[in-house]
Amino acid sequence: MLALMLLIRRFEERASQQYQAQKIGGFCHLYIGQEAVVTGAVAAVRDDDYIITAYRDHAHALARGTSSDACMAELFGKETGCSRGLGGSMHFFDKKNHMYGGHAIVGAHVPLAAGMAFASKYRGEDRVTLCFFGDGAINQGAFHEALNLIALYKLPVVLICENNLFAMGTSVKRSTSLKQIVDRAEGYDIPGEIVDGMNFREVRDKLAEIVDSIRKDPHPAFVEVRTYRYRGHSMSDPASYRTKEELEKYRLDDPITRLRAQLTREGKLTNERFDQIDKKAKETALTAVKFAEKSPELPLEKLYDYTYFKKPTA
Amino acid sequence: MREITYRQALNEALAEELERDPNVFLMGEEVAEYHGAYKVSQGLLERFGPKRIIDTPISENGFAGLGVGAAMVGLRPIIEFMTFSFSLVAFDQVVNNAPNMFTMSGGQFNVPITFRGPNGPAHQLGATHSHATECLYANAPGLKVCTPATPRDAKGLLKTAVRDDNPVLVLEAELLYSSKGMVEPPDEELLIPLGEAEVKREGGDVSIVCYAQTVPLALAVAAQLEEEDISAEIVDLRSIKPLDERAIFDSVAKTHRVVIVEQDRPFCGVGAEVCYRIQKNIFDELDAPIMRVSQEDVPMPYNERLEKAVLPNAGKLIAAVKKVCYA
Repeated sequence: MLALMLLIRRFEERASQQYQAQKIGGFCHLYIGQEAVVTGAVAAVRDDDYIITAYRDHAHALARGTSSDACMAELFGKETGCSRGLGGSMHFFDKKNHMYGGHAIVGAHVPLAAGMAFASKYRGEDRVTLCFFGDGAINQGAFHEALNLIALYKLPVVLICENNLFAMGTSVKRSTSLKQIVDRAEGYDIPGEIVDGMNFREVRDKLAEIVDSIRKDPHPAFVEVRTYRYRGHSMSDPASYRTKEELEKYRLDDPITRLRAQLTREGKLTNERFDQIDKKAKETALTAVKFAEKSPELPLEKLYDYTYFKKPTA
Repeated sequence: MREITYRQALNEALAEELERDPNVFLMGEEVAEYHGAYKVSQGLLERFGPKRIIDTPISENGFAGLGVGAAMVGLRPIIEFMTFSFSLVAFDQVVNNAPNMFTMSGGQFNVPITFRGPNGPAHQLGATHSHATECLYANAPGLKVCTPATPRDAKGLLKTAVRDDNPVLVLEAELLYSSKGMVEPPDEELLIPLGEAEVKREGGDVSIVCYAQTVPLALAVAAQLEEEDISAEIVDLRSIKPLDERAIFDSVAKTHRVVIVEQDRPFCGVGAEVCYRIQKNIFDELDAPIMRVSQEDVPMPYNERLEKAVLPNAGKLIAAVKKVCYA
């Protein structure tokens, strides 16, 4: 899991570099600082559980097993991308690995998560849906409607609020009437917990416990994961709405450094081994850039092939 | 064939598709215990149970989105809007999520969902409850939009919509729920393809292109015009998207004169699109400029006399026909 966290970080650093080199277009939201959240959550579920998230989605695909080649190629808008270059940074999808997107209208995917969980329950499966969203989503109508439906129909969803303290440039204090986000869940009679999102093990263990109880008896749960993004909201945001001191405080609490220290203390990791893992992550990210660069774009004559689904003719 | 109402036809379509495919479920406000605000889902709860006929709270955005999510993982939801005027609250789900998913995922996730319910102006419901939404939805690539005008079309199109692998909107005609028409017996499978118009009445002097609530209007006008020796051909589009250009062109090539009568507002409307396509493709067939009869471009007034003035009516349609016929 340390390897995955490092891969996410190195991938995002490469994405940042390639964005600045204008190889990547549109918006690009980086996950650096939040790595422990998705890594911990994915470690707590089965491969066939459903995962859906908002637009800061690169890490969720990587954590689900989408190759860094396919992720980087998507950012480059190439046909080899995980959405064939038709989705872009905010719309990563990988059906095979049960990654149900990348959704860029804030809060609008929470009803979709309700539907996915509804389907699992409808079919009598014990699948759990993990629905990630940011602290900005909790003030959207779609979010509230979905939470009510999820609670009303007792759907097997873990609602994971990645609270990085800012909805774009607006702090939670300036956007939300509650003292703590988790209290939103109480209004819908959904059990809620606060988890330290900079601590991989805490995320994993708390999620594992919740997921286990949902599998036994379908019901929703809400987790406010407190985390921090080191970069701006997107590549075009210098994040001048927060202080250097605040950023430094969180950097000292870095999720990768923390897990490294834990493992080292326990004698499970040497500096040498860490450097090896990190080197591998850097190489993988660089290889992904090369792969994306040399990949072809979707040919123009296929422009109309992805508007309506047609059953393949035998 | 036997005569049933538009409402019964829809009910049969729902029951047959629920029976055929266990992945189909019906969800919406008042669809289960209340049997539908317009009684379209009468008896379905008793027959299929609460697992498949599901009442929702008043949360159009929420349950429309729930349907999209369920469709992404293989179910075939039928989402009822109590009226399509309320679908505007779910616009983001219908326009941004349902049709975009297939493209944005590079073809990995199609969304086999049906959104259905009454659409178009009814009677003195005021501006918020009188929307015809076909133009709004036909504008979004990835959606299909149909507008049945008869019980037979209602049944055949709804069944096809449920089986389609893409998001389809079945815009039912609010004023026609109690209208009657001949429909094949229940043991005979009735599927009407999307994108296939139907000539509801043959004629030689003028083509009247219509759909939904304007079909009975056009048929009544045609009977009246017959008395004045004007023979009108009635082309019911049935589907707005895909649009059956061929049927329109064939009729216009025969009559050389055309009036489009639509239940929606004029600006950026169905009539504008049909008109553009006719002049672009078969300009030489035209013997007169194309005329269009639509709503007036104002929010719908409550006052009955004013409401009538806003809507297309026989007087307006006859005047337009006479103009293109130079009669």
